[in-house]
Amino acid sequence: MKNRHILSVLVEDHPGVLNRVVSLLRRRSFNIDSITVGHSEQPGVSRMTIVVIGRGEEVEQAGKQLYKLMEVLKVTDVTPLNCVAHELALIKVAAKSQTRSEILQIAQIYNARVVDASPSTLLIEATGPEQQVDGLLSMLKAFGIRELVRTGPVAMMRGSSTVGIKESTRPERELAVAGNGASPHAN
Amino acid sequence: MAAAKAAVLGQQNAEVPGAQREARPLLTGSEIVCRALEDEGVDTVFGYPGGAVIPLYDALPRAGFHHVLVRFEQWAALAAEGYARATGKPGVCLVTSGPGATNLVTGLADAMLDSIPIVAITGQVIQPLIGRDAFQEVDITGITLPVTKHNYMVNRIEDLAPTFKEAFHIATTGRPGPVLIDIPKTLFLQKHVYSYPETVFRRGYQPTSVPNMRQVRLAAEAIAKARKPLIMAGHGIMLSGATELFREFVEKTGIPVVHTLLGLGTFPESHPLGLGLMGMHGHKQVNDALDECDLLLNIGARFDDRATGQVSGFAPNAFVVHVDIDPAEIGKNVRTDVPVVGDAREVLKLLISEVQGGRHDDWMAWIDSRRNRVLDEALEERPEWPEPYSIIKAIAKATGGEAIVTTDVGQHQMWAAQHFGYDFPNRWITSGGLGTMGFGLPSAIGAKIGRPDLEVWAVIGDGGFQMSCNELATAVQENLDINIAVINNGYLGMVRQWQDLFHAKNYSEVKIGAPSFEKLAEAYGIAGMTVRCDAEIEPAIERARTIRGPVLIDFVIEPEANVWPIVPPGAANSGMLHQQRYEG
Ligand SMILES: Cc1ncc(C[n+]2csc(CCOP(=O)(O)OP(=O)(O)O)c2C)c(N)n1
Ligand SMILES: [Mg+2]
Repeated sequence: MKNRHILSVLVEDHPGVLNRVVSLLRRRSFNIDSITVGHSEQPGVSRMTIVVIGRGEEVEQAGKQLYKLMEVLKVTDVTPLNCVAHELALIKVAAKSQTRSEILQIAQIYNARVVDASPSTLLIEATGPEQQVDGLLSMLKAFGIRELVRTGPVAMMRGSSTVGIKESTRPERELAVAGNGASPHAN
Repeated sequence: MAAAKAAVLGQQNAEVPGAQREARPLLTGSEIVCRALEDEGVDTVFGYPGGAVIPLYDALPRAGFHHVLVRFEQWAALAAEGYARATGKPGVCLVTSGPGATNLVTGLADAMLDSIPIVAITGQVIQPLIGRDAFQEVDITGITLPVTKHNYMVNRIEDLAPTFKEAFHIATTGRPGPVLIDIPKTLFLQKHVYSYPETVFRRGYQPTSVPNMRQVRLAAEAIAKARKPLIMAGHGIMLSGATELFREFVEKTGIPVVHTLLGLGTFPESHPLGLGLMGMHGHKQVNDALDECDLLLNIGARFDDRATGQVSGFAPNAFVVHVDIDPAEIGKNVRTDVPVVGDAREVLKLLISEVQGGRHDDWMAWIDSRRNRVLDEALEERPEWPEPYSIIKAIAKATGGEAIVTTDVGQHQMWAAQHFGYDFPNRWITSGGLGTMGFGLPSAIGAKIGRPDLEVWAVIGDGGFQMSCNELATAVQENLDINIAVINNGYLGMVRQWQDLFHAKNYSEVKIGAPSFEKLAEAYGIAGMTVRCDAEIEPAIERARTIRGPVLIDFVIEPEANVWPIVPPGAANSGMLHQQRYEG
């Protein structure tokens, strides 16, 4: 069964690393739904959050292929972990004076805030789980969505556990097939 | 005083801690590249000059290695591969920016798919012009991203030596592969002190060579239980230098060995347990054994589709143990019961002490009973025309099976794989994964330079020869003893065979004309012969062996001879076709 998997990937912050990761996933026909990149807690290390869609074995193969890139330090499929996975959306919605207050109410329900306005639009910023953003969007659709930007999710484990390199040199979801204690970096 | 002197030496030096005191000599970037190659023990570089590398070529006459001037950059990459495949050492090639660099791409892809250690150096336009579509500028690191194990663009002269150290390390360790270093011309002209790092550390690159003992024991248990075990021997055994250990392992367990195309040479075919080629043009008893086996122990092969045929029908009854240094290969194509991630040599060392000695006489007898005896007998026939398999067998016989054989791609390649009988590692040199036509001659040049002590035979089709015959000039310039056997059927034979068998004999664009190869040889100033009948095969081969320098024999064979057996595309290996008259 094809599912959405959120991969948290720690990479060395070298020029071209995003290109390497994306090119690899594309040429091996892995389906990328979203990808975000930014600094991590460690200097020189970036964290990518990649949402891929595929069967379990496919996603595992994607992880193993990613490990073949020199810059990739750690790949963790956080999907089965107890995570907070939130995304950011900016939504420019058409708003006339008659609809403005209704839109504001909807935004409030979804914990979204209005960050800009014009005589004919409202700019709403929403963060939260993807389903929540989906829900807000479906409510706003009727008013007319002029422009939409979504980041795709970033994820972090709840509680005190972390998805980092120091914890272990291996992904939490040890490559199940090769589940033999081998360094995942082997190639 | 010393500080003042350092200041005169220029600002590059001032950046190096301690340089003021020691006043170590400053080298140009070009000299640094040469020194790094020397420190890596490189003795040969295959290359072609051009604008972006002129400063580097300026330093070459003083370098401690030999430069071989090829006639086309693609063949520099393949010559470097031939060198690497014959010696086990990394091959090095060097070209200019733009067209020089793009001409390398096919060679890099070839090395990538066959896991061959290559370090490719490309010049790049000067730094201020990068990104401006400068003359002969291409984004070669971008272009070669998918066909290199890793690549670099060096931006600072102080990174030059460490980049070489890392590149050679990555190319030769773990699963070997090609690494490209792109160097802007600017750097060749700058100066810096030279110091070559002794070690490499990359956080994200730590290949597992020693396997997990638990997995090794599981493999040993599976071997103990099996009644009809079979080993699939892959290139990895050779790459890890484990052929001796492998032989010990095979002889101890008594398990028969089938070879992938690149696995030929890992275990002697003349040994009773060495069964030879599997897959699309594999021997009948080999593919039948794969169908029947209850344990398949794959060591160092990647379950390529030409080896497995349709995967759902591959080794249907087998418990699968897969030994590979690359964890991504495990489970990629074929479902695996026991994965063992590690270097073949380390795995075999441990496995040998875990397994019991054994014999499998009934199983061996069964396999033997599956031989295609009709074909076996037919292969002993010597009709009047030169049969391709007779040519291959004659080369094997004349050289005692000890020659290096390189091939091009096509029917002749498959005949050479089926009929030579490879007994030694690193002597069968063929383009397996990419199937690169033109491979035969440049790889022979590289192989001969790497192993001048061995006789080299290049078995090449008339089509492929016309792709890279310009390298005859290189062979002449280097005065290399290379014997070239052109298997001349007047066709792009392998394509014609598919059209014959699977496209109702619609011979579309496969008839290929050629010049007289004998005269072509003459034009290059080398000996050329033409063989048109069976009786001339052996004398021609013997004559070629006595002539110094390159020799060419044009073997004119039956135009429509086919390679048998053949597994049709998309079929399982069990669906292999045999020539009607040889159906056994
Ligand atoms: C560069 C390249 N182009 C095309 C092919 C497709 N191809 C595979 S075998 C073959 C025919 C080769 O003909 P020839 O060299 O005469 O060898 P033969 O099969 O006749 O022995 C062709 C065109 C290829 N493998 N490589
Ligand atoms: Mg031909």
